[in-house]
Formats: sequence, structure tokens, C-alpha cells
Amino acid sequence: MTTLTPVLSAHWDEKDSFTMAGYKRHDGYKAAEKALKMEPDAVIQLIKDSGLRGRGGAGFPTGMKWGFIPQGDNKDHYLVVNADESEPGTCKDMPLLLANPHVLVEGMIIASYAIRAKYAFVYVRGEVTHVVRRVQQAIQDAYAAGYLGKNIFGSGVDLELVLHVGAGAYICGEETALLDSLEGFRGQPRLRPPFPAIAGLYARPTVVNNVESISSVPSIINRGAEWFSSMGTEKSKGMTIYSLSGHVTNPGQIEAPLGITLRELLDLAGGVREGHQLKFWTPGGSSTPIFTAAQLDTPLDYEGVAAAGSMLGTKALQIFDETTCVVRAVLRWSEFYKHESCGKCTPCREGTYWLVQILRDLENGKGSEADLAKLLDLCENILGRAFCALGDGATSPITSSIKHFRDEYIAHFTHGGCPFDPYASTLFASAKAGA
Amino acid sequence: MTTQEQTAQVVDLITVVIDGFEVSVPKGTLVIRAAEKLGIQIPRFCDHPLLDPVGACRQCLVDIEINGRAFPKPQASCTIPVEPGMVVKTQLTSPVAEKAQKGVMEFLLINHPLDCPVCDKGGECPLQNQAMSNGRAESRFEGKKRTFEKPINISSQVLLDRERCILCARCTRFSDQIAADPFITLNERGALQQVGIYENQPFESYFSGNTVQICPVGALTGASYRFRSRPFDLVSTPSACEHCASGCSLRTDVRRSKTLRRLAGDDPEVNEEWNCDKGRWAFKYVTAPDRLTHPMVRDASGELQIASWPEAIAAAANGLRGKRAGVLVGGRTTVEDAYGYSKFARVALGTNDIDFRARISSDEEREFLASRVVGSITSNADIDRADSVLLVGFEAEEESPIVFLRVHKQVRKRGLKVTAIASKLSIGNEKLKANFVSVAPGAEAEAIAKQELTAQSVILVGERASESAGALSAVVALADRTGAKIAWIPRRAGERGALEAGAIGNVLPGGRPVTDAAARADVSAMWGVEKLPSEIGLSSEGIFAAVNSDQIHALVVGGVDPHDSGNNAAAIKALKSAFVVSLEIRPSEVTKIADVVLPVAAVPEKSGSFMNWEGRSRFFEVAVPDSLNRSDVRILSMIADELARPMGISSVKSAANEFAAFGEWDGAKLNFSPVASVPVPKIAADQAVLTSWRRLLDESSLQEGEDNLAGTARKSVVVISPKRASVLGVADGDSVRVSNQHGAVVLPVLVEAIHDDAVWLPRNSLGSHVLATLGVASGSLVTVVKD
Repeated sequence: MTTLTPVLSAHWDEKDSFTMAGYKRHDGYKAAEKALKMEPDAVIQLIKDSGLRGRGGAGFPTGMKWGFIPQGDNKDHYLVVNADESEPGTCKDMPLLLANPHVLVEGMIIASYAIRAKYAFVYVRGEVTHVVRRVQQAIQDAYAAGYLGKNIFGSGVDLELVLHVGAGAYICGEETALLDSLEGFRGQPRLRPPFPAIAGLYARPTVVNNVESISSVPSIINRGAEWFSSMGTEKSKGMTIYSLSGHVTNPGQIEAPLGITLRELLDLAGGVREGHQLKFWTPGGSSTPIFTAAQLDTPLDYEGVAAAGSMLGTKALQIFDETTCVVRAVLRWSEFYKHESCGKCTPCREGTYWLVQILRDLENGKGSEADLAKLLDLCENILGRAFCALGDGATSPITSSIKHFRDEYIAHFTHGGCPFDPYASTLFASAKAGA
Repeated sequence: MTTQEQTAQVVDLITVVIDGFEVSVPKGTLVIRAAEKLGIQIPRFCDHPLLDPVGACRQCLVDIEINGRAFPKPQASCTIPVEPGMVVKTQLTSPVAEKAQKGVMEFLLINHPLDCPVCDKGGECPLQNQAMSNGRAESRFEGKKRTFEKPINISSQVLLDRERCILCARCTRFSDQIAADPFITLNERGALQQVGIYENQPFESYFSGNTVQICPVGALTGASYRFRSRPFDLVSTPSACEHCASGCSLRTDVRRSKTLRRLAGDDPEVNEEWNCDKGRWAFKYVTAPDRLTHPMVRDASGELQIASWPEAIAAAANGLRGKRAGVLVGGRTTVEDAYGYSKFARVALGTNDIDFRARISSDEEREFLASRVVGSITSNADIDRADSVLLVGFEAEEESPIVFLRVHKQVRKRGLKVTAIASKLSIGNEKLKANFVSVAPGAEAEAIAKQELTAQSVILVGERASESAGALSAVVALADRTGAKIAWIPRRAGERGALEAGAIGNVLPGGRPVTDAAARADVSAMWGVEKLPSEIGLSSEGIFAAVNSDQIHALVVGGVDPHDSGNNAAAIKALKSAFVVSLEIRPSEVTKIADVVLPVAAVPEKSGSFMNWEGRSRFFEVAVPDSLNRSDVRILSMIADELARPMGISSVKSAANEFAAFGEWDGAKLNFSPVASVPVPKIAADQAVLTSWRRLLDESSLQEGEDNLAGTARKSVVVISPKRASVLGVADGDSVRVSNQHGAVVLPVLVEAIHDDAVWLPRNSLGSHVLATLGVASGSLVTVVKD
């Protein structure tokens, strides 16, 4: 059994975990003070040594990303934190910011110092007012304490931290669309190159990191790269937050070393909804190909999940039991992608529009096996043809569900409609049954 | 430049293999363009060589490998520059690329209405063509298409059909990147994404027509052309624009002797692939119902009567014979016609009293033209290379819009420094991020003298510099001191050509000074005449004065509006008293008083050439072949024959050949004698110094009847400074009266960056005909009060 490693979530159960006092009780802002006495390049090296990889989905080594920022170029550098957590099923950054916003602020101070940025931005999705308020308060408190602003920690270093609230577009979680949105334009992904490290925000060298990645930095400074890399697996180091949702007894966040399996996580969460069995699940949100019970023992690290044919993504484990109609679930996801497609490129814009119509017909029992072939062919025409990863993500649930549940699709049109009772899959159905 | 030098300049060639063929292209070339060099056409929609790559439509996907390492997925060839060791497989050799392209094409068509049979673009539509060449024969789409209300007006001249739009963003990128008018943008998202306009900012761009031309589907159409024709019913003729001195190359599309539309031609050295809305959409004047079609002669009772050509030619010759006559040439003649007027004045009338400047002008300017402009070779390429550009008496966007685009391109690409010496900061100069040197009207010379330029700089001088005494002298001094190049950019298309043809009192064709015996000998040998007048002739204002003082008794007038003159009262008085032969296309102020009226051909009805501001020849063929109207030179030649002083150039072609045979004058040019500036008048509290210019879209005669075009003209306003506004107690939109002893103009006020002593009016716009109403245009005192 894997030992849990609560670091980011260690004190979430304390009443004042989100306050300055609560954070300082557990050595808060000690890491920043320490880092500011180091050489910036030494900080970057430490993060490189720790093996920390981006927690936003792609798993790019964080230290290496910082190292890409050209130094001595006489340009402003920017740090931008992506807190636009919008991937269906993902719920780790928001609870983290709700319970412990100061760890992000401290991480940003260290990261900005390392990349020599005098301005840092947090881009928070617009729907989470309660989170926005706590982050705002944390920033204000950090300014009052002299951790932000001019001459922070008396070190001679300046840092301004700006909170920006998005307007509710999934695409703005894509880093270049986020930068466009932050600049005041419509969020649409930018053509790369130039990459943000060369020309990002306001065409200046910019690091864009996920909330969890940056929040992991203070602990690495405090306890060292070795401590961090002692957790996790060979290429996926450290602890991370898994979020479990859906048909699970105790949904929520579990912080564990990378490489834990779903079987273990389900045990910790009290198992699948009582009286039901696991049917399928997503390892990293709706954009990652779905798994079934066959992958219960797949190590949930970057390599393990990839080897099994999916992606670790945001570690959003959505659990579906046997009451769930996979066609209906995929239709819901596809409607999401259609709604969130930014419209810039043809395959994603038109493809998602088309996919939804076919899936809706299939769910209603209209269609044939030829439509499945068409669906797969359309996915092939979207995957790798779209401008950004949104289009790719839209095809994952469709292709993977047809792979695992082809018979269920066929049952829809042999049966003349959906063979499932949608009510049975709702959580209030089980609540009623339990009562 | 020798061939060797040319080769030496092309460095960094990169060789790539596309579909098995090697091609070497300069570093930075995009894959899609390298393929074009091989004749391999990769289908595309959003790609446009003059716009920044965007990679949005995904139609141009190809397989690429570099040094044996293949990209895992097909790449958009419009966004990827070539690299050494690159091997590209297009749809011709890669089944993956072919499938990707077919897939994208299928996607593009699912929401397209496929209404090609009723679409203006049908028959010349990149979507239609490429759907045939690179698409599936049948769609697999069985669902519901997205629908929109169609079409909607995004301006009075551009219509948008959102159902047809494939969201390539060419129009929005053009407006933003090229025209600097980001008035249209994409909004909404997913399949509901659409081109839209802002709530409070209309799509009033002088360049909006280009969006219609580069739209790869029928989403943007011109209101005036919609449903008027099918492309395959049109006969296209390459032509040149008659509206301004930018010298755009155009394509004129004619059906049944009627011009139905004009498109920007492709000329990288001049207009690239753009033109302005005036050049595109102002051509109905040619088919106006009041076109002059027959010669007319004024009878004894003072009425114009239709006459036969021989009758009218004889009447003209009789009226001119034995009289001292002057020749007034309009600013829109072709080089050939201007050459005709030039030769007619000297050979048939024996005078140098000729002037093409049918506008406010000065003797300082005439000397400037003869000494610094004639034969000059400053060009667009000099703007492209300039380290800075100085604008003097010149509003590029209003007065030569393609020069504006040229300058803007350099401002955007490499931050070209622009300085504008003017009394008012204009919209155009704001877009050029110009350093605005604010001067009182008339005080330009002093500011010019203070400029620091280099031999890499270009001074763009407009015709309005002649309205400020000493300004051109200061320009000459500045150029001499710094080595900067001078580019004189008149507003009208014919002026540079008329100057080179010698349709002015101080030079003969090719810039030969009339006072130079050797130059005269050249010309008289060519023309086969014994003697040419050797005195410098009168300017247009001098000619009017000479008529009014009874020294000149006859005038030959070609397309001149007396209200454009600096002294319109004197002009009208002179025209009334002299014997007037008028060559015109439509009735004008001159027609009312002319003794003989001779109809001439409009530009689409004749061949010829304009010379743009660079001195570059812009040749055009007849676009409407069966017109009965003749070019001016042909008619002048007939009058000369009748006068028994034949010119020997009875056709455009012979005039062109003869003029070409002259070549440039290699002798000494006329000297330039500097003129001192005049002190700016002292102003009282309710007075201001007037300044004005013509807007591109205004009430000019060549724009008559183009209501859709007029709908996007900038609103008429009187512009005053914030200081004056607070003194007058007015705010934006309040009525203000600008008046002098001749009349008054009352317009809503706009408070803007303008010299505190100045007041600005549009010179010839709705409700503001400054010359006709006030008799002055700039530099004069006017009274400015709240109305």
C-alpha cells in the first residue's frame, strides 16, 4: 500500500489554513526568504534536480521551462500562473487555492525571482468567486507583510502580483489563449513559434505554469530536491493531488506520490458507489482516453498512463459505474467541446459541431454501424489536424469509448434507443436507494 | 544594378525536396510558397502572402520530415518556413496529407450553404474550385446546418453573409494589419463564430473593398455589385486607376459596354494587391446619364446647339485662330493627352501659357517642379528603405491612400519613423504613429527647416505645400542640406505625367526648360517646327488674370473646375469673357459658358497611360471597346489640322511613341529661387487661420452617383483645439460657424489635436465646399463662432 504524502494538503483541515497566520504556523514564507538569498540560477537548478514536472497536464519539466527564459536580454520577464482549471472532472487547483492560497503566492515569489520577473499574474477562471476572494486576500496580506511589492523580504527585489479573473472559456486554459485573454483580447491559441519563453505576454519572455506546479516549489526549497525526488516513480517525481469524482463513495482530493494506482485510490475513497461496479474511468479528465477496470493497477504517473494508451493529464479521475450509458456520457463531453471550441480552426470548430449531431442520433437510437465508422473517421480527421489540443481532446472520449464499448453503441440502434435508465446513474438515485 | 550584384544580394538559399523535386528558396520562405515555385498547388484559404500566417483553416496540411525525422502529424504548410534537410510530401504524394485535406474540406462545407448558383463568387470562388480539386465528391454530412440571417450590411458598401463564411480571418487580418482599421473582428465562438462590427465604430475604412476581394468565399460582397453579374459574363481588362497619383494597377470588368466592377491589380512595386475604396467603387460617372455625347457649339442667341464634329472643330479653330490663347489642362489627363495639350499649346497656338495645375498653385511650386521633380526617380522602394519619412502638406491616407499603406507597412514591420508637419493631427497620421509637428497654417517653412534627416530619409511633399509660401523652398533646402530624397505626391493621377509632358509654362517635354535654346532646338527638331516660344508662360492663375486684363482672348480648357482654382471669382470671370473651347466628359461649370464643347473619352473608353507620383508609367488598354468617344489628343490634333498647324499625333499610340522618343533632358534644369515665407497673420479672439484638405471620399465629381461609397465617407466636422473649444464654450457635436466676407460654413464641431490658431474644414465634403463658399482654402483668416 502506497503511503500518502500530504504536503500541499497537509493542513487543509485547519480552520484558518487559508490565512496568513495559518500558513505561517507551518513555516510559511520561509522558503521564499531562503530562495531570495540564493542565486536565481541555483533556484532553477534545484527545481531541475527535484524532477518536478508540470501538473497542468502535459508534464513538462518545470525547471527546464524556467531555464528557457533568456537572461540578460534587457527585457521584462513575466510569470503567469494558469489557474483556469476547466477540464471536466478536474478539481485540484480550486480546492488548493481555497484552502491554501498563500502557498501559491510564495511559489510565485520564488519562481519570479528565479526567472527574474518583476511582474507575475494569476489567471483564475471567472466562475469561482469564492476562490478569487481568497487569493485576492492572500495577495493583499502578502503585500501588507512586505512579501510583495518593492524590496520584498528586504532583499532589494521587487515583485508585483496581479490577479486576473477570466470570463469562463475552456480555451483560455490553453497557455497562449490565456495570454491573449490576459492581454485583453479574445482568448484564442496563438501560432507557435514563437513560444511563450521567447515572446509570451506582451511579446516578452514568459513562463506559464500550473497552480499545483508553482505551489510545489516552496516545499522543494524547504526540504530539498532529494526529498522531493524520493517520492514518486523513476521519471515522475514527487507528490501530486488526484481528484476523484463521480460514482465513488467519498469523492474529493487525495495527495499521493505519483505512481499510485486507481485501485489504491478507490480503497482510500471508500470504493465505487455502494452496490455498483466500476465500468469506466478517465485518468486525467475528459480529454484523456477512458480506461476500464482492466487498468485498475496501472501506475498513475506520466509514463504508466501513457503506456496504457491514455494520458495522466490533470489526474482527474472520473469514476463511472455500470449504470452509466457510455454513449450518453460521451455525448455530454462532446457537447462540452462543441460549446467550448474557440472557432479558430476548421477541424475543431466544424468537427465538434458534427460529432455532437451524430452522437445525439446514436444515443436516440438513430444510426447504424456505418455511423460508427464515420464517427471514427471524423475523429481521425480532427486528431492532429486541429490548431491546438482542444480538438485532439474532443476525439479521445469518442475513439476510446468505441474501442472499449462498441457493443454498447450498437445496442443503441438495435434496441431502438438508449438501453439505460439515466435516472439510475444519478447520485440522487443512490441517495434515495440508500435512505 | 548588375546581374552579379543581384545574385550577391540573394543570400541564404535553402534547398528542400517537395514531392520528390528539389527547390531552392530564400531562408524564411514558407513551405506553401516553396511548393508554388515548383508549380505545386497546395489548397488554402486563410493563407495570404501579404498577411501574417495564422494557420486557422488547416486546409494546407502536408507531411514534413526534417533530416529524416518526420513530424508526427501533418503540418500547416502556410505557417512553417523551410529548413535545410526538409522533405515535404503534399497531397500529391502523401495519402495522409491527401486525407487530411479532404477531411478539412468536408468540414468546411458542412456549414456552408452551397448556394453557389446565386452567389456572386460562384465561378471565381476558391472554395468552389478547391472543393472540386481537393474535396470529396459527396458530403457525408446528414445533420442540420447552422443558419444565420443573410446578408447583413457591415457598412453601406460591404455585405456579410455569415452562412458562407469559412472564418479564415483574412478580412479581419487585412483590416488590422494592412489598413490599420481594426473595425471588424471575429466574435462568438465555435461554429457560431462570425465576423462582426463594433457597436459604436462603423466599418468605415477607406480600404474595406479589399476584404471583399480577398474573401475566399462569397461571404463578403460589394453592395453595388451584388447580383449584378456572373464572373464568366465579364470581360476583364488590366487597367490603371484614374483617381490619384498612387498609380494602382486595376482590373476592370465590363459587361455589355458597362463597367460592373473594378478590382485591385497585382503589382508588388506599387499597390501590392490592394487599392482604396474610391479606386474600386467610384466609376459610375462614366455611365452617368448626363455624359456629353455630341459636340456642341454656342449659337448667336447664346444657346449650345448640337453640332457635327467637322462643324465643331471648325468653330473651335475659328475661335482660336489669330488670338492669344491659354491652355488649362485638368489634373487627370493621361500622359498622351497631356502631351497633346503641351504640343498643341506650342505648335498650334504658339504659346507657353499652359498649366496643368487646376488648383491652388504658386510660382514657387512651378519652379520646384521644373527643378526638383521632373525626371526624379524617388520611388516606393525608397520608402521601403527609408530611415524616416517626413510628410509636408500631405495627408497620405486621404490624398494618396496606397502611399499610406506603403508607409504603414514599414511602420508596422520595422517601426519606420514618420514625422508629419501639419496644423491638424489626422486619423491617418495617428495610425502611422507619426510624430506630429503642430504648426499654424502658413508656418510650415520654419518647422521644415528644423528637421534632421539623412540621405536615407524621404520627404513626401503634397500639392498643398504650394499653399504655404516658402514651404517648398524649405523642403529644397532641407534636402540639399541632408541629402534626403524628395517625393512630390500630387493628389490627381495626371499631374506628374502632365509635368513630364511639358503641360506647364516653364518646361517642354522631358523636363526641357523653355528658356534653354538647346532644349528648344531638341523639341523643335522633333516637332518639325521652326521656332518655339522662349518666354516662360503664364500659370493658370496668371492666365485667368491675363484674360481679365484683356491680354488673352481664348482658352482651351480640358476637364477643369473653376471652383478648384485659388481665385474662383477671377477664373469664372475669365471663362465668361474669353472664347472657350471645352473638352469634357460631363457638363461642368465650364460647359455653361464655353463656346465650343467637345466630348472626350473617359478612362475606360480609351487607352493610354498615367504616370504615378514615382514617374512610373501605368499603361492601360481600352476596357469598353465600342465607345464612340475619343481621347483628348485625337481631338486636339483635329483642331490643329484645322488651324493648318498639324501636330501629327492623331492617335494615342502615335502620341505615346513620339513622347517616348524624347527621353529625359540631360542638360541643366531650371534653377530654383527660394521664396521667403509670409508671417502668419495676427488673429483676434474669434478668428482663426483656416486649414483644409480634401477627404478621400467626398463630393468630388468622379464619385457622383456612388451612394454606397458615400455612406462610408467620414462625417463633415469643423475641427478646433480644446483651448478654442473652451473659449467658445462648445463641445463635440455643437454647431460652429466658420465664415469670412464671402460666406459661411456651419458644421458640428470636433475638438481634437489641432494648432490653437487653426480651424480645419473638409475642403469638398457634404456641407463644406470651402473654396466655393469661402473662396480660400488655407492660410487665410476666418471668423469662428458658436452657431
